[in-house]
Amino acid sequence: MTKKALPVATVLVAVLILWYAAAVWLNAPQAEALMDPDQPHGLWAVAQACWSMDRPVLPAPDQIASALIYSVFGFPLSSPRNLLLQAGYTAETTVIGLFFGLILGILLAIGIVHIRTLDRSVMPWVIASQTVPVLAIAPMLVVALGAMGVTGLVPKAAIVAYLTFFPVTVGMVKGFRTPDPLQLDLMHTYSAGEMTIFAKLRWPSAMAFLFPSLKVAVALAVTGAIVAEMPTGAQVGLGARLLAGSYYGQTMMMWSALVMASLLALAGLLAVTLLERGVILLRGGRL
Amino acid sequence: MDASNPLAGAAVVAENLSIRFGTGDAATLALSDIDLTIGQGDFVSLIGPSGCGKTTLLRAIADLVQPSSGLLRVNGMTPEAARLARAYGYVFQAPALLPWRSVARNVTLPLEIAGMGRAERQAEAERNLALVGLADFARKFPWQLSGGMQQRVSIARALSFKPSLLLMDEPFGALDEITRDGLNLHLHELWASSGLTGVFVTHSIPEAVFLSTHIVVMSLRPGRVVEVIESALPRLRRLEDRETPEFLALSHRVRAALYDGHGHG
Repeated sequence: MTKKALPVATVLVAVLILWYAAAVWLNAPQAEALMDPDQPHGLWAVAQACWSMDRPVLPAPDQIASALIYSVFGFPLSSPRNLLLQAGYTAETTVIGLFFGLILGILLAIGIVHIRTLDRSVMPWVIASQTVPVLAIAPMLVVALGAMGVTGLVPKAAIVAYLTFFPVTVGMVKGFRTPDPLQLDLMHTYSAGEMTIFAKLRWPSAMAFLFPSLKVAVALAVTGAIVAEMPTGAQVGLGARLLAGSYYGQTMMMWSALVMASLLALAGLLAVTLLERGVILLRGGRL
Repeated sequence: MDASNPLAGAAVVAENLSIRFGTGDAATLALSDIDLTIGQGDFVSLIGPSGCGKTTLLRAIADLVQPSSGLLRVNGMTPEAARLARAYGYVFQAPALLPWRSVARNVTLPLEIAGMGRAERQAEAERNLALVGLADFARKFPWQLSGGMQQRVSIARALSFKPSLLLMDEPFGALDEITRDGLNLHLHELWASSGLTGVFVTHSIPEAVFLSTHIVVMSLRPGRVVEVIESALPRLRRLEDRETPEFLALSHRVRAALYDGHGHG
């Protein structure tokens, strides 16, 4: 841990210095316009003005931090203005969508590995599905499902599942195919059927591929959930806050939603990593 | 055993057995007209140059390869019936242990697949691990064991079904000489005390002579049986016996048969 701490801290400090400098550079034209032209003002005064604007082009890190803290603690948890509540909506979409994406991805991989026709016919479609930008498909899906009377969580979770099944399918197809001919021969000498081979050999072999796929899927899931929240009329969630912030020029609102979104993704990655550690522990130290 | 069936008494019977891989012009004849009888309780080594089909013959006995023509019986049954009856244990060239299972759980894998209860499985694993001298390593994982120990675990695993027939495909080929000697002695004692029938594929003449009651010398392209040499050595052997004139004379005979077979190829 201590070995990592110093390099990480160094990078953090460098980023913060660059950030404050960038804030001055981007905000200076507006800040100077707001200042009294008759009063002489030095560079430091301009910089301070740049770091304390109400609607800066680029807010300073401390402004984002205080905006974030205010949006979490400044309102009761039940208030729609509480960012934690909005993050909760996004987290709900993310987790449910990810769950269904995971199930769909694994089922597709099982089919592709065991059924030759599926291998030939489905895999190209799986790849093609991901060449359509999610920004294009999300509104269409929301509108189409809305016309069928399906609104709220379901269309959003569907978009997340659509994004997340892909890395899971690709990883698990590879994982289910890792057992070598020797291991398959071994199972054959035990007269093991396909179901048994799957349970005792293919599934445990694929674990080493599941967790990397899941980490990619988590990052995609948060992005997917936020994108999915935008065309639904931006009612709830971090996506709604981002959209509202950009609509009203509230950069600090956008930035705090952004930071919250990355915290959400980080929490998801942490959960997957912990799960992975647990599985490694159960398997005697190796995945 | 069915007395009316002359084949029933033998562990393995092959008559005019041929195995062909591929079809048409691309077909290669891996085994050609093999006639071989392996009696119950024998230890038979299959020896020959690389590509002579000795592994193919072993795999055919295990129902991992299908004969193209001829007859093959294992304990009086077809290889498939013998496999389904769990008549044999198979030891591969590599240990092929599942890395995510402890040593004990690797040994219980075949019993788990056969649907045996947990407590019974564990008792069986302990017994088989003790047989190969690894009782203290039950809770370790494969990567914590040396190559020789891993191969002993795979032998313990092959003994799980209490098979009457143990099929081994160059199980010690990848190990160093000293480890190999130790494992040969161990395998010999295991066989001598158990009444198992052993079929053992090897490249090594001393290994074949040390372990076997019968040595099947095979030749290359197509794979044929050149000679079946019956060993006159006593049933129980020690590693030191490898220096005796009888041992060396037998080794010489096997070598001569091998070069003989080569001459025809």
